[in-house]
Amino acid sequence: MKEVTISELERRFQEKIDNDIKIEPKDWMPEEYRQTLIRQISQHAHSEIVGMLPEGNWITRAPNLRRKAVLLAKVQDEAGHGLYLYSAVETLGADREATIDDLHTGKAKYSSIFNYPTTSWADMGTIGWLVDGAAIMNQVPICRCSYGPYARAMVRVCKEESFHQRQGFEIISLLAQGTPEQKAMAQDSLNRFWWPSLMMFGPNDAESKHTAQSMKWKIKRSTNDELRQLFIDVTVPQAEMIGLTIPDKDLKFNEETGHYESGPINWDEFWEVVKGNGPCNKERVDARKKAKDEGAWVREAAMAYAEKRKERSAIRA
Amino acid sequence: MSNKEWPLWEVFIRSKQGLNHKHVGSLRASDAQMAVDNARDVYTRRSEGVSIWVVESNSVFASEPTDADSLFEPANSKAYRHPMFYDVPDGISHM
Repeated sequence: MKEVTISELERRFQEKIDNDIKIEPKDWMPEEYRQTLIRQISQHAHSEIVGMLPEGNWITRAPNLRRKAVLLAKVQDEAGHGLYLYSAVETLGADREATIDDLHTGKAKYSSIFNYPTTSWADMGTIGWLVDGAAIMNQVPICRCSYGPYARAMVRVCKEESFHQRQGFEIISLLAQGTPEQKAMAQDSLNRFWWPSLMMFGPNDAESKHTAQSMKWKIKRSTNDELRQLFIDVTVPQAEMIGLTIPDKDLKFNEETGHYESGPINWDEFWEVVKGNGPCNKERVDARKKAKDEGAWVREAAMAYAEKRKERSAIRA
Repeated sequence: MSNKEWPLWEVFIRSKQGLNHKHVGSLRASDAQMAVDNARDVYTRRSEGVSIWVVESNSVFASEPTDADSLFEPANSKAYRHPMFYDVPDGISHM
């Protein structure tokens, strides 16, 4: 076979991407493309799994059976989303357990929003409405990502997110129309989650070191600031509609541009939480480690049982 | 303590009677039965399936993308296998 140079392989690779031809697992890809995807998809998977914890916190205290069944189904979906994504990351040759160990040692990150505590039932509403709403904004463009398995996982995820957002909005809008205490609970929750939700889109474009390369590779299809603006534009009228106030005194609508203008984001807070100093970082990672450690004997027993059955059926045959 | 990881399984779902099983993704399970049970929970939470196949991933033998040109060349170079290759005179119908 004729020897092909790396630069020629890279040229063909970029040509495929420019022509919107998807990259599939066994195709040649630049090592940095593979590593970028492993990092991004595994951190996305960790976010889904860690994201089960703040909501899991309220399953036993849901106010009625309907809410409890819905919350259980939602948290189960998050587990499913994590598994679609770990499945996608394995197609890149990454080891699933090794990526999970990276989460536990702090090497791999996850969405910083899950390091905030869920102190009231209203937070179940706010998370569905804002956090899943922001996740939808982030994830819809990834359905067109250049890497086939990631794009396909995102299509599944996005189909399910709409239920998440609606169940959350139903909770928060009912509270907002309730007693003064209920309305205060809804407003308090919005006050706590609004800014962290805006931070979910990541640093400003000027500060985002991976954006340019990821856009060229079509891993990312919109910038952080574009998506954040879109989120603000659709969410502010929803808050107004249910009578809640966005906790941003600088927020105003610009008639000329047709967009809302918002106050400055506290990026120091964002970086502190990313670095591990948020209110719940330690609690979240400890919970994941505990689940892995305390489940070890179950995984081992299941494997031993499967191997014993295999041996027995080999002897019989 | 053994650190042996559960094997990887490829999952195929028949979405309704009359259609093929279609690949949907993979998961880890200690044996085939657990793979089917987990596939139900991971891939069919919203009635996406009526039947599940699981195949251990290391049993799948796949063609190489670099061989694709030569492998599929015979199909690409024989346009006369397609009905559009043939001229049908005007006025001829049911063909």
